[in-house]
Amino acid sequence: MVYIVGLLAAVLLVLTLVVLNRMSVFTKGFAAGAGSDKPGVANKINGALLPIVFFGGSLAGVWSFIESAPKFLPASASEHGVHTDTMFWWFMAIVTVAFFLTSALLFVFAFRYQYDPKRRATFYPDNHRLELAWTVIPAVVMAIMVFMGWRVWRDITQEAPADAYVVEVTGKQFNWIARYPGVDDNKLGSYNYKLIDATNEVGIDMSDEASFDDVVSSTLYIPKGVPVLLKIRARDVLHSVFLPHLRVKMDAVPGMPTKFWFKATKSTDEMKAETNDPNFEYRLNCTEICGPGHFSMKMNVVVLEEDEFKAWLKSQKSFLAMNTGYLERVPARLKAKAMKYAGEAEEAPAEEAAPADSTASAAGAAASLR
Amino acid sequence: MATAATTHDAHAHHEHDHEHEHHEQNFIQKYVFSEDHKMIAKQYLITGIIWAFIGGLLSILFRLQLGFPDLKLEGLRWLLGNWISAEGKLEPEFYLALVTMHGTIMVFFVLTAGLSGTFSNFLIPLQIGARDMASGFLNMLSYWFFLVASVIMLSSLFLSTGPASGGWVIYPPLSALPQASPGSGMGMTLWLVAMALFIVSQLMGGLNYVTTIINLRTRGMSFSKLPLTIWSFFFTAVLGILSFPVLFSAALLLIFDRSFGTSFYISEIYIGGEALPQQGGSAILFQHLFWFLGHPEVYIVLLPALGITSEVIATNARKPIFGYRAMIGSMLGITLLAFIVWAHHMFVTGMNPFLGSVFMFLTLIIAVPSAVKGFNYITTLWRGNIIFTPAMLFSIGLVSLFVAGGITGIILGNAALDIQLHDTYFVVAHFHLVMGSASFFGLMAGVYHWFPKMFGRMMNPTLGYIHFWISFIGVFCVFLPMHYIGIAGFPRRYYSFSTYDLTNSFADMNMFISAAAIVTFAAQALFAWNFFYSIFKGKKSVQNPWHSNTLEWTAPIKPGHGNWEGPIPAVYRWPYDYSKPGAVEDYIPQTVPFSATPESNLPEETEQIALEKDIDELHTEQRIVSAKSGGH
Repeated sequence: MVYIVGLLAAVLLVLTLVVLNRMSVFTKGFAAGAGSDKPGVANKINGALLPIVFFGGSLAGVWSFIESAPKFLPASASEHGVHTDTMFWWFMAIVTVAFFLTSALLFVFAFRYQYDPKRRATFYPDNHRLELAWTVIPAVVMAIMVFMGWRVWRDITQEAPADAYVVEVTGKQFNWIARYPGVDDNKLGSYNYKLIDATNEVGIDMSDEASFDDVVSSTLYIPKGVPVLLKIRARDVLHSVFLPHLRVKMDAVPGMPTKFWFKATKSTDEMKAETNDPNFEYRLNCTEICGPGHFSMKMNVVVLEEDEFKAWLKSQKSFLAMNTGYLERVPARLKAKAMKYAGEAEEAPAEEAAPADSTASAAGAAASLR
Repeated sequence: MATAATTHDAHAHHEHDHEHEHHEQNFIQKYVFSEDHKMIAKQYLITGIIWAFIGGLLSILFRLQLGFPDLKLEGLRWLLGNWISAEGKLEPEFYLALVTMHGTIMVFFVLTAGLSGTFSNFLIPLQIGARDMASGFLNMLSYWFFLVASVIMLSSLFLSTGPASGGWVIYPPLSALPQASPGSGMGMTLWLVAMALFIVSQLMGGLNYVTTIINLRTRGMSFSKLPLTIWSFFFTAVLGILSFPVLFSAALLLIFDRSFGTSFYISEIYIGGEALPQQGGSAILFQHLFWFLGHPEVYIVLLPALGITSEVIATNARKPIFGYRAMIGSMLGITLLAFIVWAHHMFVTGMNPFLGSVFMFLTLIIAVPSAVKGFNYITTLWRGNIIFTPAMLFSIGLVSLFVAGGITGIILGNAALDIQLHDTYFVVAHFHLVMGSASFFGLMAGVYHWFPKMFGRMMNPTLGYIHFWISFIGVFCVFLPMHYIGIAGFPRRYYSFSTYDLTNSFADMNMFISAAAIVTFAAQALFAWNFFYSIFKGKKSVQNPWHSNTLEWTAPIKPGHGNWEGPIPAVYRWPYDYSKPGAVEDYIPQTVPFSATPESNLPEETEQIALEKDIDELHTEQRIVSAKSGGH
């Protein structure tokens, strides 16, 4: 990397010096070609520099790409990501070829047809066939590209399979909270933003019996090889769920739940082996500006084999069992059922869920950044 | 030839008029509250240049943070005060404020007002043959609204809570809730007020441009003889008139949400330890409204640059622009399509995927007219006789940047690929090349090309060449590597990448980008010096320094009030008769009738000689009309 920096900086510097060095020549050239007179040496130098800079720049560009490529993300760890990656690199190849062709023409023509007092430019105002050709050809190529893209997009955005594991991810300034439907029913309990407080951070509604076995986690655990449906919410401002290794991105919008489903294909352990990095961790980053702590709004993600994931989920205490104080919120007719979940936990004196000191925590987060 | 005659004629009148003028106007009328389109254009230009340096400086500040995260910035405390933390680092909220203000300033105050405001004002009357804008007073108001907007926006930088810091797109709820971020308080209020005034300014300007182009063209200046600059300003003004009001309404509803407890954009929010009462609003609604302006805005910024480039390339390649009608057609296509592609900025907002499909199709259609423009520029160079003035170099640079940035638009416009790339540095690289840098190069091309007409003096070309080469190489050094960082998934608007990438893999690359940005920015000082020095000390310009065909070069070297002495010249031909076979010179100005050039006329042009009588007759009519209205 240092070398790229060095080389490109050197290229920049040398060219600058070359140009500066030629100042006197330029001035002379211009003095000869001042005003209505004819262009001089300066024209030749500029004309020559155009293709030189283009070819030199192309070499530097290609080289810097080769140097950077190992730092790109590892191969996609999700099923749809393999398709988008393949398409991305194919399309990049196509547009890069188009770029080099058109740029080569641009710079070579500029050089080749620079001012020559003995010559006159060709009066060539239009050519309908030519224009038709370069309207139709890009249109056809573009149509094919759009069609291919649309098919992938359609597959990615179709409804999640019915058997998908459902996980809810909620963003708030400046962290993420995951919620699982629990082991007894694959159903998330309902929620209401008015029920949010310092403990019940996602506003789980205890009057819904599906809530009783819901599990809340600050790390996102995902099973491998099976469809996972992320239900995405935001509590305060816009956030965006970005799982770079899984090629997943979807905004989190307050008041408008969004979703994204995918199938992970590599567990965390497999990725550690593949990347040769024992410290490898999947992660979820925020990609929608959300305030001063935006850059640090990250969640650790662990992809487990399906049976490991089931075992993990089973080992987790439900939110209700962790916070038995919320039993009070359960309506009388469901008390008995709720007690089954909370039962194992000792009947702690119901700590009144003080409405939110998340002001303090938000302030703390902001303060810790300073 | 006819030009020589005009020149002589103009000179004689000019001396006389000069004295005459001083009696009429005092300093304030002439330089401050001027209604003269040329002075207003210069006011726009100089304000725009000042803004460009402020906007550029802000970007250097945040590039310091990104490129040199461990750098101690104690030395900047005199300037930034408490925005430098106790450890000598930039505060994260100020970083976001810098990003936000850089975007706002560059997009609106530099590339909209500075580019379109300068050249639409300066060139429209001069190139269509009009005495001034349709309404000089409205034109003056337009500038002053812009200046007031500028002062308000600038003053927000000095608030203790900082300026707006929600990104230049100011998505609510972040921008709607003062408790969400320090910049969403007074800074955001000032942002909205400044932008509301800015929109008013743009609308007054735009209406003026459209009216002037439609109504005040000189005799013989039919639409099919307009230079492409004028066509581009026309389409730009139409875009602005139709889309800026939508931003205005978006801003208005945001003001209601912020100050009057309404719920247009905010719903079900729990923040600062309390649940807000608002329900039923939609944060996505704002994004639709914003991008309904925001996308046309890209073309508002780019089209004038493309128009300027067309003119500069044709003049300096000494060739007609290739495919004049195709150029107009593609600009028309871009103008229409610009209104129906906005939601490609929103593929991953949770918008219905079907809508995403529709916008993907529409978005990629717009690549076709853009490609046509690129090919036409290249063909114009083919077999030309190219003179590399600084303006020409910047125009060639624009085409290169337009191609380099445009091709990645094909990737980003693809909804499936956008999932991964959205809001990463890939996007930053894309739009800085295709819209930011390309338009900036167009602005520079315009300044170098029309400086002699503006100030009657020449800029130093040597400094211009150096300025071009450092800028051109520098821009690629800054933005090309950003593609790599984007492919690696780095999100934009991140104060630090410590949580995204634990290995710091692109630390060197970011350092390189920052270094290149600093060099590029520093090189702009060459331009500033050249510009201001040449206004006073530059070499005196000749009548038509670039041997150009368009009408402005027939006006006096420093046109006075009313632009032309005596009657406005009539126009007989299109503006691109360069290197016509058989012609004596390699250019034939628009004012030369076909009857004067039998040696070079094409068959259909010889037929038009008969029509020249009609154009000449219009002259007498125009005189009668202006006499009646008490005009010139």
